[in-house]
Amino acid sequence: MTCLPKNPTEKKLGLVIDLDICVGCHACAVNCKEWNTAGKSAPLTDYDPYGKKPDGVWFNRIHTYETDDGQGNGTTVHFPRSCLHCEDAPCVTVCPTGASYKRTEDGIVLVNEDICIGCKLCSWACPYGAREYDEAEGVMKKCTLCVDKIYNENLPETSRVPACVSTCPAGARSFGDLGDPDSEVSKLVAARGGVELMPEQGTKPVNRYLPPRPRKKGEEGKAPRMLNHSDDSADGAGLIARWVDKILS
Amino acid sequence: MGLNPFETVKEEVGLSPKVSDEVKTSTCYMCACRCGIKVHLKNGQIRYIEGNPDHPVNKGVLCAKGSSGIMHQYAPAKLTKPLLRTGERGSGEFKEIEWDEALELATEWLGDVRQRDPGKLAFFTGRDQSQSLTGWWATKFGTHNFAAHGGFCSVNMAGGGLYTLGGAFWEFGEPDFERTKYMMMFGVADDHDSNPIKLGLGNLKSRGDAKFVSVNPIRTGYSAIADEWVGIRPGTDGLFIFALIHELLRAEKIDFASLARYSNAPWLVIREEGAADNGLFLRNEDGHPLVWDLASGGPVSGMAAEFSPAFAGEREVLGRTVVPSFQILAERYMSAEFSPEAVAETTGIPAEVTRRIAAEIAEAAFEQEVVIDQPWTDAWGRKHEKMIGRPVAFHAMRGISAHSNGFHTCRAIHILQALIGSVDTPGGWRYKPPFPKPAPPGIKPAFPKAEAATPLDGPPLGFPRSPDDLVVDQHGDPLRIDKAYSWEYPLALHGMMHMVLHNAAKQDPYGIDVLFMFMANMAWNSSMNIPETLGYFTKKDENGEYVIPKIIYSDAFWSETVPYCDLILPDTTYLERHDAISMLDRPISTAHGAGDSIRQPVIEPDRDVRPFQTVLLDLGARLGLPGMVNEDGSPKYPGGYADYIVNHERSPGIGPLAGWRGTDGEKEGVGEVNPNQLERYIENGCFWSQDLPHSAQYFKHSNREYLDHAVKMGWIGHADPITFHLYNEDLQRFRLAAQGHGEKQPPEQHRTRIETYFDPLPIWYQPFLEAEEGGDEFPVHALSQRPMHMYHSWGSQNAWLRQITSANKLHVHHKLAAKHDLKDDDYVWIQNSRGRVKAQVKLVDGVNENVVWTWNAIGKRKGAWGLDKDSPETTKAFLLNHIITEQLAPGADGHAYSNSDPVTGQAAWYDLRVQLQKCAPEDATEEGARFAPLPDRTSKVVNKGRYGAQLTGEDTGGAAPLREFIGQRSANASAIPGIRPGRGNQVEEDA
Amino acid sequence: MHPAKSVIFFTTASGAGYGMMVWLAVLAALGLVPADMAFGLFAFGIGFTLIVGGLLSSTFHLGHPERAWRAFSQWRSSWLSREGVSSVVAFLPLGLFALSWVVMGENGGNAALLGLVGAAMSLLTVFTTSMIYAQLKTIPAWHNGWTVAGYLVLGPMNGAVIVLLLAQAFGYAEAASLLRMAALGLLVAALLVKLAYWARIHGGRVTSTAGSATGLGHLGKVTMSASPHDTDNYLLREMGFRVARKHAAKLRPIAIVAGFLLPFALIALTHSIVGGNAAVLALALAWLLCQVGLYVERWLFFAEAKHAVTLYYGEQAV
Ligand SMILES: Nc1nc2c(c(=O)[nH]1)N[C@H]1C(S)=C(S)[C@@H](COP(=O)(O)OP(=O)(O)OC[C@H]3O[C@@H](n4cnc5c(=O)[nH]c(N)nc54)[C@H](O)[C@@H]3O)O[C@H]1N2
Ligand SMILES: Nc1nc2c(c(=O)[nH]1)N[C@H]1C(S)=C(S)[C@@H](COP(=O)(O)OP(=O)(O)OC[C@H]3O[C@@H](n4cnc5c(=O)[nH]c(N)nc54)[C@H](O)[C@@H]3O)O[C@H]1N2
Ligand code: SF4
Ligand code: SF4
Ligand code: SF4
Ligand code: SF4
Ligand code: SF4
Ligand SMILES: [Mo]
Repeated sequence: MTCLPKNPTEKKLGLVIDLDICVGCHACAVNCKEWNTAGKSAPLTDYDPYGKKPDGVWFNRIHTYETDDGQGNGTTVHFPRSCLHCEDAPCVTVCPTGASYKRTEDGIVLVNEDICIGCKLCSWACPYGAREYDEAEGVMKKCTLCVDKIYNENLPETSRVPACVSTCPAGARSFGDLGDPDSEVSKLVAARGGVELMPEQGTKPVNRYLPPRPRKKGEEGKAPRMLNHSDDSADGAGLIARWVDKILS
Repeated sequence: MGLNPFETVKEEVGLSPKVSDEVKTSTCYMCACRCGIKVHLKNGQIRYIEGNPDHPVNKGVLCAKGSSGIMHQYAPAKLTKPLLRTGERGSGEFKEIEWDEALELATEWLGDVRQRDPGKLAFFTGRDQSQSLTGWWATKFGTHNFAAHGGFCSVNMAGGGLYTLGGAFWEFGEPDFERTKYMMMFGVADDHDSNPIKLGLGNLKSRGDAKFVSVNPIRTGYSAIADEWVGIRPGTDGLFIFALIHELLRAEKIDFASLARYSNAPWLVIREEGAADNGLFLRNEDGHPLVWDLASGGPVSGMAAEFSPAFAGEREVLGRTVVPSFQILAERYMSAEFSPEAVAETTGIPAEVTRRIAAEIAEAAFEQEVVIDQPWTDAWGRKHEKMIGRPVAFHAMRGISAHSNGFHTCRAIHILQALIGSVDTPGGWRYKPPFPKPAPPGIKPAFPKAEAATPLDGPPLGFPRSPDDLVVDQHGDPLRIDKAYSWEYPLALHGMMHMVLHNAAKQDPYGIDVLFMFMANMAWNSSMNIPETLGYFTKKDENGEYVIPKIIYSDAFWSETVPYCDLILPDTTYLERHDAISMLDRPISTAHGAGDSIRQPVIEPDRDVRPFQTVLLDLGARLGLPGMVNEDGSPKYPGGYADYIVNHERSPGIGPLAGWRGTDGEKEGVGEVNPNQLERYIENGCFWSQDLPHSAQYFKHSNREYLDHAVKMGWIGHADPITFHLYNEDLQRFRLAAQGHGEKQPPEQHRTRIETYFDPLPIWYQPFLEAEEGGDEFPVHALSQRPMHMYHSWGSQNAWLRQITSANKLHVHHKLAAKHDLKDDDYVWIQNSRGRVKAQVKLVDGVNENVVWTWNAIGKRKGAWGLDKDSPETTKAFLLNHIITEQLAPGADGHAYSNSDPVTGQAAWYDLRVQLQKCAPEDATEEGARFAPLPDRTSKVVNKGRYGAQLTGEDTGGAAPLREFIGQRSANASAIPGIRPGRGNQVEEDA
Repeated sequence: MHPAKSVIFFTTASGAGYGMMVWLAVLAALGLVPADMAFGLFAFGIGFTLIVGGLLSSTFHLGHPERAWRAFSQWRSSWLSREGVSSVVAFLPLGLFALSWVVMGENGGNAALLGLVGAAMSLLTVFTTSMIYAQLKTIPAWHNGWTVAGYLVLGPMNGAVIVLLLAQAFGYAEAASLLRMAALGLLVAALLVKLAYWARIHGGRVTSTAGSATGLGHLGKVTMSASPHDTDNYLLREMGFRVARKHAAKLRPIAIVAGFLLPFALIALTHSIVGGNAAVLALALAWLLCQVGLYVERWLFFAEAKHAVTLYYGEQAV
């Protein structure tokens, strides 16, 4: 049913991405590709692997942005982008076939590729560019929140995590139930002021982004702005003279 | 599935598909970080590679390169069979031959040289992770002309550290990320310690109680997440550090107690201008340096346990005029020349920023001491109740080391750490076993033997401490083909691979017979000057013979270098072979303890290739090299490298692997050969690690428990404390020689150079090439950086990674772009007196206004790497290497030095200066072929872009309960109530 | 948005076809045309060809046309599904209407009633088509009433022009004069709606920004300094289409002149000045121009529409 689940889903599984420590290494994107290319949506087709236009299906893409407040405070921020498993997922409601759906159990938004007609409308409806059409297979694909990994009884516990999460070298990605205010991810989001992307689109995304922390430029710390010189003699001669018989305490 | 068009079809999602038939652990080699991996195999193919959560290096994480190992394995660029050149060098014409023929041929070529003059074999191994094998092989072969790629990589970093603290960054040491309060990083893009740095920075920032400063002309990657980005002008870090030292000295924010105990700061230096021992330490009859003890009012041995040393004051001692070395240091750096104001213009860092950072360092070091309640005993037997840390940690890499003034700058960074007393303290920078070693370690470079078929007396590479240790002839001329350890580059500890082709082609200092290379793309991205280097490969003498007569090369891929060599020994991939990441070499230790690891073949080669190390041992046996054959002449390691890893003993009880030694596998470090050693490694995830007791984890340089342990493990020869050499007497010995003292003196032409650059305390000078070309004409610094998701040239053959980056752009600051009327995607010439390369520009803010930069090693030669001829790597991407140079302009005497550091011979990649010129409209197109295309050569592997379709698994039906995963869990736990400590989805309290 | 030929053809053609059906029903209900078999054959022939051709072409861009039937299932939530259902349902009254007209020679009474139901279904179908676009918040250019108004007026306008041509050719003067007034009126109305649409999309209204897309707006201006991929990907091909400003500025007058002004002038000409075969020719030309104009209009409809995802790729606001 491409109507969204009527009641809130039992769980709201999602990702929390910490823009303060993401170094833009693309590990999450590649590991995602690696897991999923033989996962539920296998394969994530590559179109021209060794040619002029290398391109293919990815569920996670890493952008880099620069910000500028016009006052000389610029930052560079790395920004991973994948499906946010929206509560009011427009990609689901527009789908004419029921191929796009949101799971009632955990809120994961998936595509049933066996019935997808490849009309692409869902990708038009998603503001976040989270849907990628497999041009070779003619069906829509997207982040599965690694549904075939997170519950997988054939994997050890430590691997039962979205691929992008467990692989992130910076530890910038967390995963859990964002519908439960007592969950650890919810606490992380609350403590760090996690934000929704494009709330104005009305999609009610589940994933949260933790904004870069205010940079410690030194103005705010305990340290003085400069050190007191013990002696102002030219080239420190006075200091050296004092050290000649200075006994260490 | 019904045919009712109004029916909603509900999907049954398999929550528990079977992932693999088998999971094998091994060690990643998509870069040199050497993370632990778990490889899931299905139907004999690779289903998934993930990080090994138990591994000390990566703790379960895996970077983009590691995660794309599948596409590395299935790349069409793989070589498939031994090749013998049939056309001219560079033509790429080869015939495939059988291994027998290849090995016979190689044996013949090598055997000939060995019988004539073993030194005429130049054996250079690039990205070699088996240098303890290759170095040993060279020793036994009898050639001193051996090195790996360190000379063009980061020997300034290694040398600067080893000659100062007996350790350095990367494998030698690491910041105490979890405790530091102030972290400064100089010139790092991704670095070798790729994943640990990311784990560490994430931890540091998530804790929220530390500040992270990145000093780098470019604000990407790590610099992007820094609290403060200091966009320094390239090549000027030395001045910036001197200014920090200046401030700290003048404010007396110096840990004198630590200096007294651990460093040579109080040691008395003879200060008698003109004396043959001027600038050397005053020593007693035991050879111990002396300090002036203020308590007793007289000189005592610097090795004594208790004294109250003077840090200043010229005194007469034993009839000599002496002064504590600290005074010389203080005089130099307190001088007005190095005040924050004085260096501001050159570094581009405003004086108030430098001053503030100095104040912050002081505040973190002295007001935020980290105290661990852990008693420990120092080298002199004194007990300490607590471990007191000065939580300021530094890390630096090629942004410092790839300049021709890098050695001194590296030393300056280490000296700064010693001055504030943070070395190997909690929150500081820490050694990784087997470091610290004496500064410098005791091994000396072997001197060549002039005899046929005779092994060297020791390893070709070592640590010279005086002119006596140089590898020069009686005229003072170089004896090594790369001129390492000569008067031109006396401390070229890692050799100078970047000069080998140049020197061999010019027969300067002499010609060689065979060049044998392994794993280095010398005809392309690891050459400093591609057009000329290709000429060196192909240069012929008047008889029409190649000047470098024979070139044997082992590569695993159809790289740009393969076509320029004569005999190709195709290697396996990292997933197909055994390997040892050994304590004898560059282990995987952390500051917590030692560790080493192995690779095991996880997949069978589908081509006629052999592991290089196995081939090398085979060649050794065929040549009858000592140690590689039994008494009856039969091969000693018929089982190849795996056999060697287990059974080779470098000295009794010490072999390539330290874990599970002894016949029953109960010994660590030293012990008899254990025939089941590899099985034990595999059972443990292909690594061995040994955590030091807490009481031995810090102050390792002077920690009795640690030092005794290190001796027991065979890491150091004796358990004496390791002194920090702020003032470096070894350097002074070279300078004295240049000043005319002693028997061994530099040839006249090098005298001033030695005198200038062998200063016992760090100096700063404008980098050579920059000084040569740095005027108004070439005002812009051009840098390259490693993309985190690509490894040099290997990345581009990877079907996934090249989807991220296939064409590098030149990043230009908006203001600089405005000067040249450049907009995004405009084409520009990057030019200097040697030539020009074309690039498309990308305008950015996060870069020093005088700097342009691009990603390293994306540009490819047409035909190489299994890529189509019109791939962006060959039409749009570019290398700066086309306009760098391996050689500086000749001086007045006609002599040209290498474009390298004058102390260590480190290649000065980042001294490049250029000018930009917007392309005329007719030029503003994709670049045509810069060099003739190489013929294609691809393995039969066909990747139709549908990898994985065949590897999905049956659902087994069940659903395991969910687990939350918190990135940086332990750090977040300390900062956010309600988050439980642990790692990822493993919570401590559950354990 | 990428202006896909198949979708442009589909929306313009089926719009015209449904528009024709509306006018045929009106003519029948008002008794302005007898159930002339030849006229019926022509009119329904063209009309159904346009509708069916359009619908068929809309399946060309599907990844799995053979599964297109599944698109009927989600009428409860999906406008695309509703369009599918509506278009098929419309065939029932329209088909019966056409049958009774052409085969049974009856277009009054119950037949006319069927025609009016078919006309209503046609308008409903056009409406559902418009809603497929108008519902998309991600494309603010489409997410407004002018999109719906545009479709609702352009289809009947286009249909009026075609049926007018036929009425003129078959010499049904009364019908022709009604259609002439309708066509002229709708051409004006449609132009006004389009002008209003363009005014709206260039009116500087902003739904989302690079700042809100990245959550970094509080840090100042947000620009992309590195793309996740060096070559184009699906998102850029499908949604990242950029029409050059000067291109759009050139094409819009073409759409206005060919789509509305010239047809208006030609039709007006046939009101009093030209008649007979010349009038038929003029109206045929009007149809042709109108079709070209609407094709350009529809191309711009896609090409000028910015999708929110472009905010991640360097666009500042949509
Ligand atoms: N402009 C510029 N140039 C630079 C640098 C820079 O910063 N800027 N950095 C320099 C530095 S520090 C370095 S270390 C060099 C690196 O440059 P290289 O050492 O040349 O590194 P790679 O390009 O990775 O090439 C190594 C070769 O090893 C081959 N290879 C890969 N895997 C295997 C294997 O398993 N077995 C064998 N036998 N061969 C294999 C590859 O095919 C390739 O030909 O580049 C240097 N060049
Ligand atoms: N992903 C990936 N990882 C790698 C490699 C790879 O190819 N890819 N290669 C490995 C190898 S061989 C090496 S040697 C290491 C090198 O590791 P890094 O040292 O991290 O490598 P570089 O890319 O050379 O980065 C040099 C950095 O120094 C900055 N820089 C340049 N000049 C100056 C300067 O004068 N002062 C300061 N403060 N900064 C400066 C540059 O902006 C750049 O950020 O990386 C290793 N790790
Ligand atoms: S793996 Fe982590 S650090 Fe790397 S790009 Fe992804 S989120 Fe950022
Ligand atoms: S992010 Fe896009 S694809 Fe994912 S649920 Fe939201 S709207 Fe759908
Ligand atoms: S492309 Fe597939 S999933 Fe998306 S809307 Fe169309 S049928 Fe549904
Ligand atoms: S949750 Fe899984 S599918 Fe989604 S981006 Fe992460 S790795 Fe990819
Ligand atoms: S950092 Fe990446 S490429 Fe390097 S060894 Fe680790 S996982 Fe492999
Ligand atoms: Mo390197």
